[in-house]
Amino acid sequence: MSILTLIIKREYIARVRNKSFLIMTFLSPLILVGMVLLISYLTQLNSEDKRTIVLVDDSGKFETVFFNTDQTTYLNLSDQGLEAGKEVAKEEGYYGLIHIDSNPATAESAVTFYGNETPSFGFVGDIEKRIEKKITDENLIARGIDLNTLETAKSSIDLQIENFSGETSSKMSNWVKAGFGGAAGYLLMMFIIIYGNMVMRSVIEEKTNRIIEVIISSVKPFQLMMGKILGTTLAGITQFSIWVLVGGILLVVLTTVFGIDPSSATAASPAASQAQQIAQDPGMVIEILQEIQKLPLLQLVVGFFIYFIGGYFLYSSIYAAIGAAVDNETDTQQFMLPIIMPLMLGIYVGFFAVIDNPHGTVATVFSIIPLTSPIVMLMRIPFEVPVWQLALSITLLVASFVFTVWFGSKIYRVGILMYGKKPTYKDLIKWLKY
Amino acid sequence: MNSLLVADTVSKTFGDFTALNNVSITVPEGSIFGLLGPNGAGKTTLIRIINQITMPDTGRVLLGGEPLQQHHIRDIGYMPEERGLYKSMKVGEQVLYLAQLKGLSKADAKKRAKHWFEKLEIGDWWDKKIQELSKGQAQKIQFVVTVMHQPKLLIFDEPFSGFDPINANLIKDEILQLRDEGATVIFSTHRMESVEELCDHIALINKSHKILDGEVNSIKRAYQNNTFDVGVQVVDDTAFAKAEQELKAAFKVTPGHFKTLGNERKLRVEMGDKSTPNELLTTLKNHGQVTHFMEVIPSVNDIFIQTVSQNK
Repeated sequence: MSILTLIIKREYIARVRNKSFLIMTFLSPLILVGMVLLISYLTQLNSEDKRTIVLVDDSGKFETVFFNTDQTTYLNLSDQGLEAGKEVAKEEGYYGLIHIDSNPATAESAVTFYGNETPSFGFVGDIEKRIEKKITDENLIARGIDLNTLETAKSSIDLQIENFSGETSSKMSNWVKAGFGGAAGYLLMMFIIIYGNMVMRSVIEEKTNRIIEVIISSVKPFQLMMGKILGTTLAGITQFSIWVLVGGILLVVLTTVFGIDPSSATAASPAASQAQQIAQDPGMVIEILQEIQKLPLLQLVVGFFIYFIGGYFLYSSIYAAIGAAVDNETDTQQFMLPIIMPLMLGIYVGFFAVIDNPHGTVATVFSIIPLTSPIVMLMRIPFEVPVWQLALSITLLVASFVFTVWFGSKIYRVGILMYGKKPTYKDLIKWLKY
Repeated sequence: MNSLLVADTVSKTFGDFTALNNVSITVPEGSIFGLLGPNGAGKTTLIRIINQITMPDTGRVLLGGEPLQQHHIRDIGYMPEERGLYKSMKVGEQVLYLAQLKGLSKADAKKRAKHWFEKLEIGDWWDKKIQELSKGQAQKIQFVVTVMHQPKLLIFDEPFSGFDPINANLIKDEILQLRDEGATVIFSTHRMESVEELCDHIALINKSHKILDGEVNSIKRAYQNNTFDVGVQVVDDTAFAKAEQELKAAFKVTPGHFKTLGNERKLRVEMGDKSTPNELLTTLKNHGQVTHFMEVIPSVNDIFIQTVSQNK
């Protein structure tokens, strides 16, 4: 067995056998599923909460506008007047009271809501819209315009986008593409943050165990670093797969057993319910599916694997280099910023520059620079990237990974001689020259 | 005798600090070589250079006649002063892993590990974790790890620190046996008396300079000064004073310190090349009964102190 395989194997086993690793591997999906179930349960409780609102309409025109829904019941007490209505609402513990002036089109305070708590934005907007629509319609009729005529006169334009080779796409496609890239970018960032730290700790391990001199007089630091990165990555992939698997199975089992719909957890906010409306619109779903089919799927999958693995390796090699420079974990804080910054930059550039102009200078440059390329290029790939840019970006990514590991191993070797001293950036540069 | 290891005018500086200044040593094959000197003299730096952990600024190191290369690390077994093993790894797995890193096959490593564990009577530690062992027990594992791949050159930095006397002797015997089987051994220590009797050759290092090296016996011969510890039984103080006076006229005389059972007077007499032991004995005979007459062989410690003060 080669030295590298030996190291990878040991690192993998050391990681996987670690007690906290084992606990986290099997506890995390439980916690996650528990949270999802809890949230969806609470949401269901919340939505079962029916409210009754008293309506006092002095103008008498709006009763038809406030029709009952599953969650809201309107109680029309217009004939009893505002004060009596208020009394009833208070006594019965109703959610509130809507009072509409006798001449809402002109009055200063045309519509008022009385209640114990301040209503949500969604609620306020909804009420305003209903009354506005009714008044506008009346105004139009008063000015002699037929509402049906107006409706038929309205027009809506959908811009068709087509490239010169005849492929059409739509507005929707941009969002699907960006969504794909964004999801991949976030996944990568999560993976880096969780497992990059693990690589760093494993590099420090030899120092805290004082075995570094024995190891380094047996293997090249480069082999050690590489072995640690690969071994830890494999352990990370193992854990991640178990999470997805166990979490998925648990979710399916629990939802069927308890009959709780986890998707209701996301339907809590008005924005999400709008999204749900879109999703319920069959035409929209078909359009999204069509867009997904139109994506260069093979290129995407291959690109995803290359950039995900390449990006993860590059970042974990930086973590390894940091581990090589310090004696213990508390000294690592000052070096964290340079890792987090390019990651954030990648995400921001991805969401602003790429979606705005996928082939603009900013997007192109950042998709070639190794530290940001894994995220930015992943977001650009759906928009068809020239082959030379892909080639250049991948080459740079791999080269900088190997360089960082080499650099880290150089620091590692010199770092032995510096037991107990906290390194500064100046030291790092000096060590390079040794 | 062939020399297994040659360091040729090796220098190493860290920033402004000179750790080694043109140090040359020659370690004969099959010998036990003592690399001696106080703390901070540069011993560990030299050993790290031999182990290719750091590179010398100038000078070169030959192992078996070849300049050091990566594959040579398999010919060296190194027990650093900074002892350590993976704490959460099981003893057996750890020993196998480290032996495999040194190029042994798994089967070979297993066979040899079993052999050593039996020999040191530590077989029941195989499935324990290092953190469950005591410091001395972990040191034994460290020793096994160092010698298991049967290296040509064994390097022990402060070999006996951390061992109790029984285990120190056990390890000492094992090292001597390895030497008899053909290994060459380098001991590096600042406690010179602890390895003095074991070493055939020594090199003294002080403040990054080598100040002395060679075969232990010839060094001692060069530093022996015709000095004798003598014990005489005399009738009374006046007789002793007379004897002391006579000796002091000719030689350098200091009070002697050695253990006796009687009440004899003790002196240390440095004759240099002024006289011979027989003449001294004759002189002493005239003053009383001679009970002790013993040549003082300089210890490495004495030689070191003498050389350092001479070089100042």
